[in-house]
Amino acid sequence: MRHYDIYVTAKQGIFDPAGATAAAALDNLGFTGIEEVKIGKYIQLKTADEVGLEELTSMCEKLLANPVIEDFSIHADTA
Amino acid sequence: MAFRFGVVVFPGSNCEQDVQYALSYLGYEARYVWHQERQLHGFDALVLPGGFSYGDYLRCGAVARFSPVMDAVVSFAEAGGPVMGICNGFQILTEAHLLPGALLRNIGLKFLCQPVSLRVEQSVCLWTLPEDAGRVLRIPINHNEGNYICDADTLKALRANKQIVLRYVGDNDNDTGDDSGQLYQAPNGALDNIAGICNAAGNVFGLMPHPERVVDGISGCTDGRALFNSLVRRMVGVS
Repeated sequence: MRHYDIYVTAKQGIFDPAGATAAAALDNLGFTGIEEVKIGKYIQLKTADEVGLEELTSMCEKLLANPVIEDFSIHADTA
Repeated sequence: MAFRFGVVVFPGSNCEQDVQYALSYLGYEARYVWHQERQLHGFDALVLPGGFSYGDYLRCGAVARFSPVMDAVVSFAEAGGPVMGICNGFQILTEAHLLPGALLRNIGLKFLCQPVSLRVEQSVCLWTLPEDAGRVLRIPINHNEGNYICDADTLKALRANKQIVLRYVGDNDNDTGDDSGQLYQAPNGALDNIAGICNAAGNVFGLMPHPERVVDGISGCTDGRALFNSLVRRMVGVS
């Protein structure tokens, strides 16, 4: 079985109010020096066979992420 | 024969009865279309109602966009058929790329349920009348993801092509964001105070407010009538 991790976060330039709120809260707690917090989605994909990057990218662009507002990254787990 | 609307129902839609009631109240025929349908025949216009299609899983409208009925909705729209997406319906239309941009979570992270003032803009939209430009409508909003966003080029095109149909305005009608600058900020944080847009052809219209809730007067206002009646008036010459 193959295992892929997909992370979806607000696109650069799109304000993420939940992330900004968490960043402010961390600062209030005394954790200084935080420049940015981004809160997004973590999607775990399990497949029987290896899936090419092109196909994974297509899955993200068509359904798992909305390219208008979100960035995504795909990580293959070799374990 | 009465003007016939199709009201597209997805699993999780919850405003379809309000839309059906409002349209019937106005004297139009309104029939439900289940999302599993693949054919749309005999409809003069379609409405995608509000709600939480597919539980808003993944993103609002992201899964509904791939419902079997959507191919027929896209064909209907591309052939010039009038399509209105209300709230979740608007989100579905953006996910389906029938309208540009996207709807983000409200800027204050709060679910908003309140009446708002909306200015009818001069636009190419079939769901408003030219003589209504400048009119301010009171219609409720009821959403968590209504913060309209698009890139700078898209915004420029929306303005140039007169695709911005409704803008949120403050108590003073002119206290609004327009091409010259933004004084008022919509409660959901929408870019340029955009509450509703249409496609370049004007037949596909998406809006966050719920006009179907202010049709019969029982909720204190009848401003929602204008949008439905305008379309019918343009299409068949009566209202």
